[in-house]
Amino acid sequence: MFAKRASFPSPPSPALERGALPWLLATALATAGPHAGHLPPWLSLVVAVLLFWRFRIWRTNGRLPARWLLVLLVAAGVAGIVAQFHTLFGRDAGVALLVFFVALKPMEMRGRRDALVVVMLGYFLLLTHYFFSQSIPTGIWLLVSATLLTAALIRLHGGNQPVGATFRTAALLLAQALPFMLILYVLFPRISGPLWGLPQDAYSGLNGLSDTMAPGSLNRLIQSSEIAFRVQFSDRIPEKPALYWRGPVLDDYDGLTWRARVPPPHGQPAKPVIEAGGKTYDYVSTLEASNQRWLLALDAPIKLPPDSELSPSAEVLARQPLRARTRVAFTSTLPYRLNRVESPLALQQALSLPAQINPRARALATAWRVEWNSKPSQQGADERIAQAALAMFRKEAFYYTLRPPLLGEQAMDEFLFDTRRGFCEHYASAFVFLMRAAGVPARVVTGYQGGELNPVDGYLVVRQSDAHAWAEIWLAEQGWVRIDPTGAVAPSRVEQGIAAALPEGEPLPLLLRLDAGWLRQMRNRWEAANNAWNQWVIAYNPQRQRELLSRIGFKEPDWQSMVATLTVLCGVALLLVTAWTLYQRRTDDPALRAWQRYCAQLRRRGIRLAPWEGPLEFAARVGRERPDLGELTAEAARCYADLRYGQGGATQLQPQLRRLQECLRRLPPLWRKPV
Amino acid sequence: MRIRALLAQWLFRHRRDEPSPIVLTQRRIFILPSGAGLLYCLVLATMLLGAINYSLSLGHALVFLLAGLGLVAMVHAFRNLVGLQLSPGRAEPVFAGEIARFPVHVDNARAQPRRALEFAFGKQVGVLLDASFNASLDVPALGRATVAIPYPATARGRLEPGRITLSTRYPLGLFYVWSTPHPAQSCTVYPHPLVTPLPPPAPVADSGQRQGTSGQEDFSGLRQRQPSDPTRHIAWKAVARDSGDRPLLVKQFAGGAADELWLDWDLTPSDPGVETRLSILAGWILAAEEVQARYGLRLPGREIAPAQGAAHRDACLETLALFDLEGESVR
Repeated sequence: MFAKRASFPSPPSPALERGALPWLLATALATAGPHAGHLPPWLSLVVAVLLFWRFRIWRTNGRLPARWLLVLLVAAGVAGIVAQFHTLFGRDAGVALLVFFVALKPMEMRGRRDALVVVMLGYFLLLTHYFFSQSIPTGIWLLVSATLLTAALIRLHGGNQPVGATFRTAALLLAQALPFMLILYVLFPRISGPLWGLPQDAYSGLNGLSDTMAPGSLNRLIQSSEIAFRVQFSDRIPEKPALYWRGPVLDDYDGLTWRARVPPPHGQPAKPVIEAGGKTYDYVSTLEASNQRWLLALDAPIKLPPDSELSPSAEVLARQPLRARTRVAFTSTLPYRLNRVESPLALQQALSLPAQINPRARALATAWRVEWNSKPSQQGADERIAQAALAMFRKEAFYYTLRPPLLGEQAMDEFLFDTRRGFCEHYASAFVFLMRAAGVPARVVTGYQGGELNPVDGYLVVRQSDAHAWAEIWLAEQGWVRIDPTGAVAPSRVEQGIAAALPEGEPLPLLLRLDAGWLRQMRNRWEAANNAWNQWVIAYNPQRQRELLSRIGFKEPDWQSMVATLTVLCGVALLLVTAWTLYQRRTDDPALRAWQRYCAQLRRRGIRLAPWEGPLEFAARVGRERPDLGELTAEAARCYADLRYGQGGATQLQPQLRRLQECLRRLPPLWRKPV
Repeated sequence: MRIRALLAQWLFRHRRDEPSPIVLTQRRIFILPSGAGLLYCLVLATMLLGAINYSLSLGHALVFLLAGLGLVAMVHAFRNLVGLQLSPGRAEPVFAGEIARFPVHVDNARAQPRRALEFAFGKQVGVLLDASFNASLDVPALGRATVAIPYPATARGRLEPGRITLSTRYPLGLFYVWSTPHPAQSCTVYPHPLVTPLPPPAPVADSGQRQGTSGQEDFSGLRQRQPSDPTRHIAWKAVARDSGDRPLLVKQFAGGAADELWLDWDLTPSDPGVETRLSILAGWILAAEEVQARYGLRLPGREIAPAQGAAHRDACLETLALFDLEGESVR
C-alpha cells in the first residue's frame, strides 16, 4: 500500500446561484410587503430601498456592501425600531424587526445557507400577518405566498428549471400537504391561549363600546361599517324596533362624561330579577373581538352562556375580555320586567347629579315635577314627567345629526335650549339628566339597536354603526323601563336604521348607504361567506373542536384518543401520498401501451402472449386458436410491428398507431361467446 | 472504531464490487433530516407556540400545512433516488498526482426527471478537486446522464476509488437522502513522470542487416495504410487528391531507425528509491514518444520489445504502474 488517503477540507455551504436571487427577493417582498400597512412608513421605505438596492446589485453584477456598512445598517435599523416602539419585544416591534431582517439578509447572501435563512424567516413572517387579519383574502394569500416560498426552496435545491415547472412542483407538494393540514387542523388537540402573558400591544386597535360615554365617543363607532356581532336566531326573529342589544349601563355623570358605576366594595352585589313577560327567543351570537367583557345580550336575557354573569344592572359580562371572536348562546324574553324591587342604594345612585350645572334644565325639570305632582291621575307622576320630556323632543325643533355643534361647560342647557342638534348620545344623556333633576331614577344604557338580516345565510348582522344609547327610568311596580328619546326625534332610526334617520350629506360609510339591489346583494353574499369562514375556520377553538368531535362519533374526546386518531390518519395519508408519488406507468410509449392493453384484453379472453413470442407469431397462433379474433389480431400485430421495427418517425407512423388503437376498440365484447 | 464499522456494515449492508448495473432499491436508500430540516422543525415549533399563544386559527392552519409539506418533501426526496440504475464506465488512466475521473452512467426508468443528484467518493467533495466538476446532475425522464466523479490519484498502481456516495436534497433541502453503491471500478495510475534527458540510443550490433527497414527520418515513399500505423504518418495530401475512394496511404521513412532506445531500469540512477526510478522511466517513455523514437522497456524480470505509438506507450506506462505490486491494489 503506497497511497495514504489524503485529507480534504470539509464541504463548504454551496455557493448561491445567481439565478436564485430574484426568488429570494420575491420571497422577501411577498412576506414583508403586506406589512406595509401596519409598519411605520419609514421602515417600509427602508425595506423597499434595501430590496431595490439588492436587485440593482444583482442586475449590474455589482459588489455587495462591505461588512462595516451592514453592521451600521443593522445598528441604525434596530435603533430606529427601539425609538419607534420603545421596546424590541412585543408583537409590533417583533414584526418590525423580522421585516427589517428579511429585507437586510439578502445583502450578505453568499451561500445557500443564507438563502435558507431568508426563506425560513419568510415562513415565520407569514404567520405574523394573522395578528392583523384572518380574513378570507388573507387565507388565500397564505396559499399563494406559501407556494412562492416553497418554489424558492425548490429553486435553491433543484437548480435552474423553467419558472413554470418550479411553481408546478411547489403547487404539487402543497396540494399533497393539504390532507395533512386538514387532519391536523381538525384533530390536533387545541390549547386555549395565551400560554404566557401577552404584550401590551396585543389587542390595540379593537373597536367597540367602552364603559364611558363622553360627547363624540359614539360618533366614531357609528361611522364604522365594521361588524360588531352576528346573531343566529333558532326560529323567529323579533321586530326590528325591539332589537335592543344591552351593553354598558352608565349611571355616574360628572357634567361631561357618563361612566359605569364602580360596584360597591363590600358585600355580594344584588342579582337583578328579570320576569319573563311573553315570548322567548333562543339565539347564538358570534361576537367580534372587542377586548371588553360585555356580551351584548338582547334585552332581557333569561338564560346565559357558561362563563358569564349578570351584573346588577342586567349587563351580561364574560369572565375574560373578548380577545378573539367568540360564540355565545342566549335565551332572551320580550317583553320583560326588570327589578321591580330595587335597592335604595341603587335608586339613590340613579338620582345623583353634579351640583350647580345646567340651571335651565334643572329649572325645567323642577317645573315638570311641580306640575305633575299637583295633577293626580291614573299614571304615576314619574311616568308623566318622562312623557313630557319625550313630547318636548318630539314637538320642538330638535334635529338628528351626526355632526352636532360643540357644547361648552353647561352642556345640557346648551343642547336643550340653544343648539338642539345631536344624535342618540345627546338625547339619551339630556333625557336622563332631566329625569334625575325631576327626581325620577334614570340611567343611560349603551349598546346596539337593530341589525340587518343577511338573506344569504339567515344571520342578523349588527354593525358598529348600529351603536346606540338610550335611557332607562325606574317606575314603581314596573321596574326599569326602557325609554328611547332618540325615537321621539327620529323614529326612523329605531325602525329602519341609522342610514334612514340621517339627512342627506351626513358622513356615513358608503356601504351603509347602499340601497342599490345588486350591490347590497353582493355585500350580503360576501359577508355570508365571511361568516361561514369565521364560524368554521377562525372560531375553531378547543370548545368547537370538542363539539365537532363528539358530533362525528368521539364519545369522550380527550387528547390521547385525538393524538392516536391523528397519527393513524396521518399515517394513512402518508401512505397514500407515497403510493401516488411512487406509482409509475409502465411506459410512456403510446404504441407499447396500446399493444400491452390489447394483449391484456386477449388475456381476459383466454389467450396469453408467451414471453418468447413476437407480435406476428402471436397473431398467427391466435388465428389458429381463435379464428374469430385472428384477423383483428393480425392487423394489430402488424401495426405494432411497424411502429416498433418499421421505418419512419413518429409522425409518419401516426396512422399505424391510430389503427392499433382502433383494433383495441373493435375487439368484440367479452360476453359475446366465440361462434 | 471497529464496532462502529461493524455497525455501519450491518446497517448500510455494504457490499463490494457489485455487478453492474446497480439498481437503487428502497433498501439501500437512507434518509435523514438535514440541518435545514432541523431548522425548519424549530421554526414550525416556534410558529405553533405563537399561533397557540395568540389564538391564531390561520396560524394553526399555516403550521399544519407546512408540517404536511415537510412529510411530503420526505417522500419526494426519496423518490428522487429510488429506482436509479448506475453502471460504471471506463476510467482513463492518469499520472500520479492528477485527478482521476470515474464515469458513471445513470439511467432513469421513471417518467419524471431526477434533479440535483450529487456524486462523490466517500466524503470527498468533487468540486474541491476539480473546479469544472458540476456537483449536481439532472437525469431526464426515461433518459440517461453521465457523471465523471473525480478522485485524487496520489500514488501509482491500480486505483480503486471505493464506495460512491450518491446524495440529493431535492426538492426542499429538508432531507438528506443518500445511497452508497460500490461498483467494481478502477483506474490505472501511472508513475508521476520526471523529466530527465533520454539515455543514448543503444548501439546496433548488426547495422547491415537492418538496412532498409523502415525508420523515422528520411521520406522514402508511400504505401497502403495498415491499422497499426500511427495516424500522423497518413499522407493526407495524397488522400485529398484521390477523393477518398482508395485506401489510405501512409508516408514511409527510412534511416535513423537503427536508433532503438532501450529504456532500461539499470540506466536510471540507483541511489533514489524505486518510485523515483519508475518516475524517471515514465518521463523517458513520454520523451521518446515525443521524438517518435522506437523504444523498448526493460525492467527487472520484464521486457517489452521496442515499438512505437500510443498503445505501446500505454502498455509501457501500465507496466511501470503495476511494477512490483503483483496484484496488490492501491486503495
